Amino acid sequence: MASPEPGRPLLAVRSVAKSFGAVSAVRDVSFPLYGGEVHALVGENGAGKSTIVKMLAGLHRPDSGTIELDGQPVELHSPADALAAGIAVIYQEPTLFPDLSVAENIFMGRQPLRSGRRIDRRAMNARAAAYFTQLGVAIDPDRPARGLSIADQQIVEIAKALSLDARVIVMDEPTAALTGVEVKRLFAVAESLRAGGAALLFISHRFEEITALCRRVTIMRDGAHVSTDPIDELTVDEMVRRMVGRPLDTLFPKHDVVPGDVVLEVEGLTRAGVFADVSFQVRAGEIVALAGLVGAGRSEVVQAVFGVDPRDSGEVRVDGKSLRGGSPAAAMRAGVALVPEDRRQQGLVLDASIERNITSTRLGSLAKLGLLVGGAERRFARDWAARLQTKYSHLTDPVGRLSGGNQQKVVLAKWLSTQPRVLIVDEPTRGIDVGTKAEVHRLLSDLAADGVAIVMVSSELPEVLGMADRVLVMREGELVAELPRAEATEQTVMFAATGQGAAA
Amino acid sequence: MSSPDLSPRRLLGRLTSWDAAIIGVLILFVIIASFTVDNFASSRNFSFLVLDLAPIALMALPMTLIIVTGEIDLSVASTLGLASAVMGAMWEGGLPIETIIPVCVLLGAVLGAVNGTFVTVFGLPSLAVTIGTLALYRGLAFVVLGDRAVAEFPASYTDLVTGRIGDTGIPLLLIPLVVLGLVFAVVLHVTPFGRSLFAIGANAEAARFSGTRVTRVKFWLYVVSGAVAALAGVLWTLRYSSARADNGTGLELAVVAAVLLGGVSIFGGRGTLWGVIAGALLLTSLQNALRLADVSNEALSVVTGLLLIVSVLAPNLASNSHAALRRRRRPDPPPPASPNPDPAPSPTPAVRSS
Amino acid sequence: MTTAPPTSTGPAPSVEHDKAAESRVGLILRARELGIVLALAALVVVTAVVNPRFLSGQSIRDLVLAAAIIVVLAVGQAVVVITRNIDLSVGSVLGLSAFAVGSLLQAAPGVPVVVALLVGLAFGAVCGLVNGVLVRFGNVPALVVTLGTLYVYRGIGFFWAGGQQINADKLPPGFLAFGTAGVLGVPWLIIIALVVVLVAGLYLRTYRSGRELYAMGSNPEAARLAGIPVGRRTLAAFVVSGALAGLAGVLFAARFGTIDASAGTGMELNVVAAVVVGGVAVFGGSGTIWGAAIGALLLTTIGSALPVLGIDQFWQQAIVGALILLAIGTDRVVAARIAASLRRRESHVVS
Repeated sequence: MASPEPGRPLLAVRSVAKSFGAVSAVRDVSFPLYGGEVHALVGENGAGKSTIVKMLAGLHRPDSGTIELDGQPVELHSPADALAAGIAVIYQEPTLFPDLSVAENIFMGRQPLRSGRRIDRRAMNARAAAYFTQLGVAIDPDRPARGLSIADQQIVEIAKALSLDARVIVMDEPTAALTGVEVKRLFAVAESLRAGGAALLFISHRFEEITALCRRVTIMRDGAHVSTDPIDELTVDEMVRRMVGRPLDTLFPKHDVVPGDVVLEVEGLTRAGVFADVSFQVRAGEIVALAGLVGAGRSEVVQAVFGVDPRDSGEVRVDGKSLRGGSPAAAMRAGVALVPEDRRQQGLVLDASIERNITSTRLGSLAKLGLLVGGAERRFARDWAARLQTKYSHLTDPVGRLSGGNQQKVVLAKWLSTQPRVLIVDEPTRGIDVGTKAEVHRLLSDLAADGVAIVMVSSELPEVLGMADRVLVMREGELVAELPRAEATEQTVMFAATGQGAAA
Repeated sequence: MSSPDLSPRRLLGRLTSWDAAIIGVLILFVIIASFTVDNFASSRNFSFLVLDLAPIALMALPMTLIIVTGEIDLSVASTLGLASAVMGAMWEGGLPIETIIPVCVLLGAVLGAVNGTFVTVFGLPSLAVTIGTLALYRGLAFVVLGDRAVAEFPASYTDLVTGRIGDTGIPLLLIPLVVLGLVFAVVLHVTPFGRSLFAIGANAEAARFSGTRVTRVKFWLYVVSGAVAALAGVLWTLRYSSARADNGTGLELAVVAAVLLGGVSIFGGRGTLWGVIAGALLLTSLQNALRLADVSNEALSVVTGLLLIVSVLAPNLASNSHAALRRRRRPDPPPPASPNPDPAPSPTPAVRSS
Repeated sequence: MTTAPPTSTGPAPSVEHDKAAESRVGLILRARELGIVLALAALVVVTAVVNPRFLSGQSIRDLVLAAAIIVVLAVGQAVVVITRNIDLSVGSVLGLSAFAVGSLLQAAPGVPVVVALLVGLAFGAVCGLVNGVLVRFGNVPALVVTLGTLYVYRGIGFFWAGGQQINADKLPPGFLAFGTAGVLGVPWLIIIALVVVLVAGLYLRTYRSGRELYAMGSNPEAARLAGIPVGRRTLAAFVVSGALAGLAGVLFAARFGTIDASAGTGMELNVVAAVVVGGVAVFGGSGTIWGAAIGALLLTTIGSALPVLGIDQFWQQAIVGALILLAIGTDRVVAARIAASLRRRESHVVS
């Protein structure tokens, strides 16, 4: 895989910067995309990758800097502009029209016409079918998009890109929710696009995918450009070092704790079509990680344990007492807390104040004679916000104004204030800055040391390996492995999560 | 770091809020009308005003709670009509009024429970459901009573509704209105239950993740709404001493208008009960003043319709211009829509291997 | 990916399930409109058995004439509902337009019918434009806007009429004849309703901008991303609904001859019911014009069948309400079934 400089790039990002209010999301980022090449864009969450993608998609406009196509600067004011310029973005979860047919989704607004400017359905379906043949997949163009798997939805988006003669195709973490088979199919498609002369920008967290597919890699950290190099000049370790910018050890201040009694017992937990026969135990003072690929059913399991989702069968016991299914209120009474995966949708009421969010789990005990009068709420919220070192200007500000890290602290405050015996955290450090990440990890460690039983769902392997006393691995709705801390390595977890030999 | 309650910014926020503005407009209107409209400020007119206000304000109380949770109940006026028709039919059938009234209120609760079941158990959009029951309940009212009117309810009861407290000129009806208004205000604003209503309206999923029983709460709100609407139907029937199937037709508009006029967001999650009470008062006193000024009943519907549109339009336009103003004055704060440099952080994949 | 997973060779294993699930989905969707047709047929048969005169020429003629007006309204409503909006003001627009055209003809009896139709159409379009502007630029839900204009337009009508009524003897005979006469025995009202259904049905099915209306209703966010001019299309949908309500007003005037300010009161309920019963999803994105038209026909038939079947006329509104609930309930159950079958399919793929 030699990489000679292939001349002028098809698309070049030149010194772009973008701020949201006071927060600088991206500054001075430049990299080229060459035709016939797959280019990787890597960085931690919050490094600014999504902002770059949104600039290319025409959703954000750079505050400064330019995007050049064939050496000419282009202004992308809207998604339509980006499409017209030949830039197509494939999102991790595409937005299709569920009620319309697959072919219409591909050709919306550009349907082939026959006499009288009427849509030529037959030609439309035929052309869609031709694209699917070219991509080597079997999707009926006439079926409704509703119910397509995520992998198929991405294929529909790629077919749309083909129909637009897109020369630049951006794939924003396309493999995150795909199974092994689907990833392989997507790679074959990407390879054929590349061979056809398109420039691909590929965003992924999985290094084995990046090394297998890409020729060049751009690394970003904290909104800034770190480096752009041919991939065969970099080791994975070097990439990680550049992404994180500091040694990993300080991120995971794990205390050694002697586990106490079993607090949480899950037995035979099943939800048809989602997960089956999941059983595990968590002891006081233990941090147990649930690892696995996205879509393996980890969040669904903890949500069923907490009672947000229903369960079809199985039992959950806290301190030996059986927990009623489908009732978060019952779980809370039993001392279970869940810090959910999606902070903005599930964890917080963004429009409500910091105070209201923090106290929302404790209103019953803050009320006097059933009434919330006096300053009890205010004092309680101030107290807990301070304990977690949350940075805010007014407790009455909408929580949506806080940074991601501080929002997460509010969610943690909201749940820690219930003084849980069992704390379930789902992706506790997603989308927050490195500094706050370390704070959250220290907090979890301290809580475990105080005897709280902690279940941590995480997709970040370093976090899993750094924090967990035991690692439970899920694959396709089933618990497939249990690894004690000593045996948990990237290889063993990866092996269990994918059900195949991991790349060495 | 945190601020005391009375920071200038918070005070300013209070004063510029929509419900405060409505209370101001109401006071202004009452003052102007008292001087310009003959008889507006008379005690006789005041008791008429309270009688007009009662059904709207009554139904607006549970409607506020329902709209705060992001739902709606368009069937209230039809529930009123059905309760009135059933009341007439039972009175005709010779049942004692002491039995009829509780049965009617209970019937209202059942009708509300039907709405609640469709909305929560079957998960259907409340708008479509209550448009359906708007037609269904009104239709059933006609089935029960046809186009007849039943009159001659006992004077002891009709007098109770239209009567006044001693010689004061204050209508008796004001007492239950004030009591219920206070109860609903307390429930909405200073109880954990009320807090959960706002949370449900702003983000039902987050509320569910915080242990709120969202469907159960919504179900009971519909039950209360039905019962209160039926109570309004009883009062309506006694006030005019006439039970008819078409009593209160179209009143749902006035109720929704009063709630939205009071600053409750149609999208849920925001609003105060004080604002709604002021909104209901403004609406009824405006109608009352226009009627005194000999404006036809039909023209009143134009006013109600316009008020409804203005009440949803104005806060939107105001918040837009307010946001624009803030942006111009202070360029630095991040826009609330995307406070995060990475507004929709995509789920982080997965396992790395090297 | 360095080592080939043993399971990953060959095409995706889901093709067979795909086909099965898909034909099931298609069947259910087709069954939705078929269901209404069957219900309609059953109703006609039962009523005809009770009283064979239900199928007499005059009876059918009356029925279809009555249906024509509500069919025109339902078509406009369907266009709006498909874009995930609603127009509750159609009954009032009909009344306003009927009165406007009646007044025009009273003042100038020489005006040809075509001009009267166009005036009604234009009048309605303006009302619809007001709705559309408020929805688009006010960022206000269509429900609230049109609930408000429902009363505003009605009130304007009352203002204008001032209690006055336009009677048949004041209207030009040519116009009244238009309400009953026709070509080759087919009344004009029916021809107009059919043309409206055909044009709108064809437009929504086979023209790009028609498909974009579905796209907006199906996924507003994706519609914006796809570069669809959402605001302009919303405006257009409301103008169409208003214009058709205006047209229906002229048909109403021609058919009944007597017009006062309360013409068409409460009709919005029947129209929404027709559309929903006809299989147009309340939250947009799916349903057809044909379905809405058949829904309107079904509702009208119920209205005519009640007296024949010896059921009190007062039941009609209750039946309308019950049908709305039944329709949205059925759609919900069907959607849940489809989702469940697709979920099972997904789990097959996974395992």
